[in-house]
Amino acid sequence: MANLNKDSLANTFLIAILLCLVCSIVVSSMSVALKPIQQLNKELDQKKNILRAAGMLPADRDVSADGRSIEELFAEFTVRAVDLQTGEYVDEIDVVTYDPIRAAKDSATSIALSPDEDIATLRRRENVSLVYLKATASGIEKVVMPVRGYGLWGTLYGYLALDGDLITIAGLGFYQHKETPGLGGEVDNSKWKASWQGVRLFNDMGQPQVKLVKQRSASSNPAASYEVDALSGATFTTKGVENMVNYWTGDDGFGAYLKRLRSNGLAQG
Amino acid sequence: MATQKEVLIDPIFNNNPIALQVLGICSALAVTINMSTTLVMCLAVIFVCTMSNLAVSLVRNRVPTNIRIIVQMTIISSLVIVVDQVLQAVAYDISKSLSVFVGLIITNCIVMGRAEAFAMQNGPWLSALDGFGNALGYSVILIGVALVREPLGSGTLMGFDIIPTVANGGWYVPNGLLLLAPSAFFIIGLFIWAIRSWKTDQVEEPEFEIAPNGQYKEAI
Repeated sequence: MANLNKDSLANTFLIAILLCLVCSIVVSSMSVALKPIQQLNKELDQKKNILRAAGMLPADRDVSADGRSIEELFAEFTVRAVDLQTGEYVDEIDVVTYDPIRAAKDSATSIALSPDEDIATLRRRENVSLVYLKATASGIEKVVMPVRGYGLWGTLYGYLALDGDLITIAGLGFYQHKETPGLGGEVDNSKWKASWQGVRLFNDMGQPQVKLVKQRSASSNPAASYEVDALSGATFTTKGVENMVNYWTGDDGFGAYLKRLRSNGLAQG
Repeated sequence: MATQKEVLIDPIFNNNPIALQVLGICSALAVTINMSTTLVMCLAVIFVCTMSNLAVSLVRNRVPTNIRIIVQMTIISSLVIVVDQVLQAVAYDISKSLSVFVGLIITNCIVMGRAEAFAMQNGPWLSALDGFGNALGYSVILIGVALVREPLGSGTLMGFDIIPTVANGGWYVPNGLLLLAPSAFFIIGLFIWAIRSWKTDQVEEPEFEIAPNGQYKEAI
């Protein structure tokens, strides 16, 4: 019988419906069962990226040099939402679920940038972003900020970490980019990333002044402390990273917040 | 009727899906920059290809002819989604670097081709073996390509430094071309050349022969 009416309309519908049912049950039960682990992985990955940018986690291992786990290290950070316009903390926002990048796509929670403001080619900037603070009784140790900017082929997403003086860069790391492997893709090179450590971000006027240069100035020259070696063969990526850092630490980015933090300390950011 | 051994072993060199049939090239270009993603991709394709052949073969006598392609696609897509979900749960870093290419196994011609060409005509056991064999043939080429691309392109293998590169203070200037997709074309081309020089029966007959040009002779 099976072969006789295999091609009949009724059988076609029957097989189609049965197949869809079986497949959707398999797929959805798999997805539901694995959801918690995937969510955990995602959060762990984000924590890893933040810790790597802050220089607290080696690039190739998931434990710190003194053997502490990601969770332990990350527990030292407090996450706060920051109004980028005023630089004040926003307490109404749930920092666990808030996603600044998604907020930047929504016109209600972001502002459009004019071409001369928009040096990092973001088009829109969220009103509220997050900061990750590591503080001890004696004061701030590290501040990590999410940053992004357009390179050659697409937007680079990463974290920029500042030292407790809020002037010196503690590290920079990217978790997503589309740059050319071997050229712009060298933004992931740990040697190059290490060269960001200790670079001075702000000049005496409080303006961000990082430069990526072909040839660093002599170390006696004060300009040298603002300079990072550019990536050879990756002019657009280099320019993009430079603009990104200067944008996010400037007045349109976290500038207002960093200023408040510097003058008021931890008490009021 | 093909024997079990033939079905399993033949696709590795004699009837390799990439080298002879030139299928599944897309992912062979995309995921072979480093060995660890290549191995995960190979495992994913082995799983999907074996299971889809098995499943298609089990339902082959019930499936109406006019919707058979969509039935195969549905089975394959479901398996690929399962693989993708599992990867995101157990190997998050690798699933991130494989990104869309796990999803693109759905459109891998090898999986679809084996389901339609073999599993629709053969029993479940033989079909599963055929799927496994073909995925193995795919894997052999992919691993071969990655073995060339990763050491010469970035000086590492499985993420371990094997050639010290200039950027890390060594002597080797990495060949940037090998990090880009086109290089896999060259390497696969060389593999096809090598396999066909070894197994000369794979060389295709020329489609036509160029006739000698007689015009100038007549002019003289």
